[in-house]
Amino acid sequence: MPEKTIILEAKDITKQFPGVLANDHVDFNLRHGEIHALLGENGAGKTTLMNVLYGLYKPDSGQVSVNGQPIVIHSPKDSIQAGIGMVHQHFMLIPVFSVAENIMLGDETLRYGFVLDQKSVVKRVRELSKQYSLDVDPEAITGELPVGIQQRVEIVKALYRNARILILDEPTAVLTPQEADDLFVIMRELTSRGVSIVFITHKLKEVLAIADRITVMRGGQVVGTVKPKETNEAKLAAMMVGREVILTVEKESANPAGEILKVDALKVRDFRGQEIVHGVSFEIRAGEVLGIAGVQGNGQTELVEALTGLRSVVGGRMWFSGKDMTGKSPRPVTETGMAHIPEDRQRHGLVLSFPVADNLVLNTYYRSPFGIWGVMIPQAIDANARKLIEDFDVRTPSPYVPVKKLSGGNQQKVIVARELSHNVKLIIANQPTRGLDVGSIEYIHKEIIIMRDRGVAVLLVSAELDEIMALSDRIAVMYRGQIVTTVEAATATREQLGLWMAGAHPEQ
Amino acid sequence: MNWKRFGFIALIIVILFGAVVLVGSVRQEPILIIASMLASTITVATPLTLGALSGIYCERSGVVNIGIEGMMLTAAFFGWLGSIYMNSIFGFDKMPSLIIGVLVAILSSVLMALLHAILSITYKVDQIIGGTVINILALGVTGFLNRQLFFEKGSIFGGNVPHAPGTLPIVHIPAQEAVSAICGWTGNSENCQLVAKAVGQVFDQQPITIAAILLVIVTHFVLFKTRWGLRTRSVGEHPRAADTVGINVIFMRYANVLIGGVMAGLGGAYFTLESVPSFEPGMTNGRGFISLAAMIFGNWTPFGAWAASLVFGAAQALQINMQLYRESIPAQWAFLQSSYVVGMVPYILTMLILTGIIGKTISPAADGQPYEK
Repeated sequence: MPEKTIILEAKDITKQFPGVLANDHVDFNLRHGEIHALLGENGAGKTTLMNVLYGLYKPDSGQVSVNGQPIVIHSPKDSIQAGIGMVHQHFMLIPVFSVAENIMLGDETLRYGFVLDQKSVVKRVRELSKQYSLDVDPEAITGELPVGIQQRVEIVKALYRNARILILDEPTAVLTPQEADDLFVIMRELTSRGVSIVFITHKLKEVLAIADRITVMRGGQVVGTVKPKETNEAKLAAMMVGREVILTVEKESANPAGEILKVDALKVRDFRGQEIVHGVSFEIRAGEVLGIAGVQGNGQTELVEALTGLRSVVGGRMWFSGKDMTGKSPRPVTETGMAHIPEDRQRHGLVLSFPVADNLVLNTYYRSPFGIWGVMIPQAIDANARKLIEDFDVRTPSPYVPVKKLSGGNQQKVIVARELSHNVKLIIANQPTRGLDVGSIEYIHKEIIIMRDRGVAVLLVSAELDEIMALSDRIAVMYRGQIVTTVEAATATREQLGLWMAGAHPEQ
Repeated sequence: MNWKRFGFIALIIVILFGAVVLVGSVRQEPILIIASMLASTITVATPLTLGALSGIYCERSGVVNIGIEGMMLTAAFFGWLGSIYMNSIFGFDKMPSLIIGVLVAILSSVLMALLHAILSITYKVDQIIGGTVINILALGVTGFLNRQLFFEKGSIFGGNVPHAPGTLPIVHIPAQEAVSAICGWTGNSENCQLVAKAVGQVFDQQPITIAAILLVIVTHFVLFKTRWGLRTRSVGEHPRAADTVGINVIFMRYANVLIGGVMAGLGGAYFTLESVPSFEPGMTNGRGFISLAAMIFGNWTPFGAWAASLVFGAAQALQINMQLYRESIPAQWAFLQSSYVVGMVPYILTMLILTGIIGKTISPAADGQPYEK
């Protein structure tokens, strides 16, 4: 029975990074033609294990074998040789290259020994694309393709190198629910043709839907391997975190009061100078969460930047707390009572080399009691830091550790502590839980609902549909710079939202 | 490069040429003025073209190189020194001395490039600082050695600068003969012979100039049609992606910076072995920086950079050719032929380009970023 043959096996893999034991005697195997999911939180060691299998990292100890033969992997070339292909979470594609150029890179077909043979590559890609029904145009410019298609280019790239084992690292993170479904169809198609797949993810639903076997990792170790039939979401989550986790956010129905933020026909340009938000209008009332659902890159980032005063507005108006705040800089906006949890916490939320204490006063350092006549008052900053670290349960050895030394979850807590500790009327949270572990996600979600119940308005932007559905009272779907529709969260369904996110028109 | 950019370049060249024709046509046939302008434009554009090609190899692979000025200066000095040594100490003839001089020039520039590569690729020093180091080092080393070897008491040449073997001779391409022959078949009119003379004037160039033009074509082919070019561009755009498909990023970057060194070395040799048979401290006089402007102007493409070099060359050619017609220029316009005014042209054009008025330039995505595994 070929289905039972073990095609890829990693035994006793240990990999030490400075200060972290990323893989601690890990065993993992993959059978012919199966989809084996590797589940775990960020930092659990999944990606490290895969990078070891792919030859990007050299393990400190352990053995990788393919088809029972031990192999030594020094570089990606060796693993390609061994038939292993990897689709990285951040695509390893060059945007300005054509699809064919991207696919042949590193494994070029040549004429006269040095001239690229574009024609034969284009032909080969067409064949592969047809054979696995991938629908990839080899002559397109890669950067102009939608994300879902770029991912298929990555798959073709692996197949072009005769990969029989595919490693997909968080493949659905960048996809709409429909694109993810398409990907699952492709994955099934691939396995039916004898390709074996390692599917790395932290999304429980997907694992249960597609995997044949599930291996859970935590803290660099394998917790266990289970079959989807024998488990459920709660059990898997407990395995991932190591304790019982409340997956659903408990909340009372909202009690909205007066209007806090009103946005009318707002237009914003992106960094290239092209209009990317085309006249967006909505309003948020005190004590409600408005979720903005949408695939990344549909103008959400620019919209949030415009609302928080970080990006200039080309058209339309916004009123915050009854005042016209169009085109105001971040300081007056913040002082009126806006809290901003930015999308990229390391680049826009924190000054990484500054200590935790200073990061906690980044928006108030100039005012009494933290700054008087332009001089900072260390005692006040210290007292503030100790109080907030206590209140928000920030795990840090001291208030004077550079914030970059903290884990992602604790960094996010520093931002949340800073933003929510002053007088807040509106929270704008953009991807507040991206890249966080389940425990921190739980904490942030709870904090958002507590603030809502205190009568704060919340604008939540997220690419995670589950998060939007769990927290929002109303949901607006954003597609290509416009709000397609706004619905009550209670009546919304995943499928319907997914369709709208992919551009379907609400009336149809 | 888009049509807008090439159109802009053509417009500037027409204006510059037109100005000279306007002034000079009282005394000379316009077609001969144009030929003379064209010939000197191509000649003076040579170091700019080679400097820009050097920049293209470096930056397409992801290494910013503002040390091209210093690499050219080093090459100019050592190439000249090498030719003198061969000629007056070892007693070689003129041609072998010059050819060895060119090789020494290239070698010295490659060594400077190697220094830049070690600093910026292996030690991940800020590449702007690394390039600045090269420029300052080159100025110091060439200036110091120039004085020590030739002018100090007790120096090797005892205060007497020996005769340099001269400059590389013109390579005669029989273009005039060819056109002349066509004229012969088609009635042999006087105008046709004039055209033949003009064409001959343009085609009579020295070897490094001809090599520069050929290298533009070769570089275009290498960059866009070969495996080497594909891999070079991939490490300049997304080195991690290149690494995941088994391309040695460090090797590709080193190799391309050294190839850039060859280009800059040839560009440096132009100054002392092709243009004039002597060396002066700091004689590259900012050409290395202008060639970087040409590279940006040309959007990191060989033909684009060459076109841009020709614009900058045309500005200089205007200055040279205007001298011939000095008396015909009205007094109130005389300031325009001042070397300071003409010298500004490349920089003004560069600023115009960088504002993005004539289309945006897009640098390689990983340009200037050291690769960390």
